[in-house]
Amino acid sequence: MSSSVLYDAPGPKARVRNIIYTVLGSALVLGLVVFSVYRLNEKGVLEPEVWNIFNNAGVRANIRDGVLSTLKVFALAGVLSLVLGLLLAVARLSDHKWISWVATGFIELFRAVPLLITIYALWVLFLSYKDDLGVIGENASFWALVIGLTVYNACVQAEVLRAGVNAVPRGQVEAAYALGLRKTQVMTMLLLPQAVRSMLPTIISQLVVTLKDTSLGYIVTYAELLFAARTMANNIIVNGENPITAVVIVVAAIYIAMCLLLSSLATWIEKRGRRAKTGITVAHAGGTGGAPEDVPGDVGMPMDGPPDVSK
Amino acid sequence: MKLRKSAAVAATIAALALTATACGGDSGTAGDKPKGGSGGKDQPKLPTYTVATDVKVDSPTLKKAQKAGKIVFGAKNDQPYLGFEDTDGKRSGFDIEIAKMVAADLGFKPSQIEFKTVDSGVRETTISKGDVDLYVGTYTINDERKKQVGFSGPYFLAGADLLVRKGEKDIKGPETVKGKKVCSIVGSTPLQEIKKSKYGAETVELAKYSECVQQLLNNEVDAVTTDDAILQGYAAQRPEKLEVVGKPFTEEPYGVGMKKDDKALRDAVSDALENHQKNGNYKKAYDATLGLSGSKPQDPPALERY
Amino acid sequence: MNVLLDHLPEFREGFIGTVLLTLSSGLLAMVLGVIVAGFRVSPVPPLRFLGAAWVTLFRNTPLTLLFLIAWFVVPVIFWPGLSPWTKAILALGFYTSAFVCEAVRSGISTVPLGQAEAARSIGMTFIQTLRLIVLPQATRTVIAPLSSIFIALTKNSAIAGAFSVAELFGVQKLLSDKGFAIVPIFLFVAIAYLIITFTISGLFRLLERRMGVAR
Repeated sequence: MSSSVLYDAPGPKARVRNIIYTVLGSALVLGLVVFSVYRLNEKGVLEPEVWNIFNNAGVRANIRDGVLSTLKVFALAGVLSLVLGLLLAVARLSDHKWISWVATGFIELFRAVPLLITIYALWVLFLSYKDDLGVIGENASFWALVIGLTVYNACVQAEVLRAGVNAVPRGQVEAAYALGLRKTQVMTMLLLPQAVRSMLPTIISQLVVTLKDTSLGYIVTYAELLFAARTMANNIIVNGENPITAVVIVVAAIYIAMCLLLSSLATWIEKRGRRAKTGITVAHAGGTGGAPEDVPGDVGMPMDGPPDVSK
Repeated sequence: MKLRKSAAVAATIAALALTATACGGDSGTAGDKPKGGSGGKDQPKLPTYTVATDVKVDSPTLKKAQKAGKIVFGAKNDQPYLGFEDTDGKRSGFDIEIAKMVAADLGFKPSQIEFKTVDSGVRETTISKGDVDLYVGTYTINDERKKQVGFSGPYFLAGADLLVRKGEKDIKGPETVKGKKVCSIVGSTPLQEIKKSKYGAETVELAKYSECVQQLLNNEVDAVTTDDAILQGYAAQRPEKLEVVGKPFTEEPYGVGMKKDDKALRDAVSDALENHQKNGNYKKAYDATLGLSGSKPQDPPALERY
Repeated sequence: MNVLLDHLPEFREGFIGTVLLTLSSGLLAMVLGVIVAGFRVSPVPPLRFLGAAWVTLFRNTPLTLLFLIAWFVVPVIFWPGLSPWTKAILALGFYTSAFVCEAVRSGISTVPLGQAEAARSIGMTFIQTLRLIVLPQATRTVIAPLSSIFIALTKNSAIAGAFSVAELFGVQKLLSDKGFAIVPIFLFVAIAYLIITFTISGLFRLLERRMGVAR
């Protein structure tokens, strides 16, 4: 981080200016922090009684159960979305026109409809056919959330993978065909492994999105972490106030920790991948040398062309 | 390098959170028990209900519940004295007692009752699709809803009222809310009412009443409107901060919701309600729950069978 | 079909609500995102830290939680008395700005090194380099990701429906609360969203073609 292409190594004047900015910037940040703490204190959020609620066995059990149900949905939806995403990507790249069309339609539709609506619709659907669905009918809200997340994220992952496949140099494919590999072999042995590797950071940031979106379970009465937090924030009264701020701070910290763990996994994998020189290196951002944020997450971008597989 | 640091921080937080939750101490206090809800010496005690045996009702819902050995009730979890859940997962309130009464007469022990939190927005969906067998949660009987679900009851008569901050000078009733910010939940009947030009309030719509109350305490809105029974509960939680205006402007008869065409179940639940109104359990349950909030005692309303 | 015709005003209000919400929070996200991206590559360490913290915080928090913060924490700690609209725009705008920032930042990194070096060698300052040389060129690569960020924003605005903002998803809830069959309402709402998202992706594709100068 010592030098960036965007600015020179600072000379004496610039150094002074940078110091001024540093001081001003730090003062600004510090001021904001101090002000917030001051206000929090003034509003009684920092009273020990308020934070003592987290020592209560019931509150802890609620948070733990919330985290576990969130992780349960995430684990299932994450794995399923990757599998379905792989299938969709292959289908969309298929030479059979109709398969490719069906996959494209599926992807475009579910990417365009808000996830909230997909989940709600699935829930209503599952409840309507409750008796015929066995396990799914028993636990409709859980499965609506899982399947909703799966379908939506699979569409995004499919597009990410497709972009990865498109980024593999043509020559490799031609070479493979020349060697006598069949279509399936080219896809499974050549294209997909490289696509997965080059797109890993994006795939994982989409997984982070999946993790965060489990919080949409509130719409179908699934008691995940945020749902549990909301109930607690509303039902507990300390010093005549609801400890909303305290609960929000704790829950936000838990979410951020979970997501950061997942994205640091991405960084780690990316670094490992880069060590092996055979892979396609991903264009990675300069500047602060951050990594998992390389590709902006939320919906995977419609990378119709190959991404910038650089230099 | 920075990233490794952030990963370490994240891991630490996660580990802390896990250990903190894992070894859960009892030392903390969560002040979420409605005052005097249980245990106090002079407090009225909750009645116990005799569980009926060998109940035979020709209702598909009930038969399924009997086969499963449990009955699922939809309820609210954030309305003190009506339908409330504390941090230990214990539910209390008048609606919960009604559920227990009905369940007892249908042959289910308290341990066979499963409660599920269902917020207002998805009530009809969960009931009509059978996600819950019965619903007790300040559920107003009206004709629009009767098109989708069946009702037994009413078991209580409430009316829309206004909750304001203690010492509020301007809002004296529904006629005085012009231009004031009034909060309620999305699509609720009192909200539709107060929006009308007759009253002319500016409205804010949230997902939960308790969130509206929070907005009121934060001075973000000037009043919260919904049924007086619900508002009384919130006022009783914080008597020094909130009060109910006390001028109901609608009628909200509460019923037990169930699948629309299940007449046998509808009658069975009505019978159960009538039975407990007669044997005094209704009154006892009321005194031990809603009555504590300062809600005015009322005679059990006449059941409306159809 | 009747549901649509009978409740056209509600649908229209919801549609306009979603569009306006997307536009205004999108604008906020753009402005904040570009500024924060500038912070992230700036020569001043605390600003870089601020930028990184901003992105970490807003990218890793569920949007619903941000809405709760906007409704219940911001009024207590900072400014009381914001309207539901303002709160929704703040929550959506701040959340999306983190994604915009990362898109812009990766866009910056695709601008050939020589460009920035040339700018510096003719004596441009950091801000000039960024404003006159790098950002205009980064725009091209950023358009595709931005398009999907805006589509995500449109869809995310559905969450505002539960927080007193009239938008499409709220219409669906309102009508199904009133007791109308859910399937047709869903269909209409989904179509309305499709219209908005396809418009956005169309506009961006147009923009991309316009800006897609051969390098």
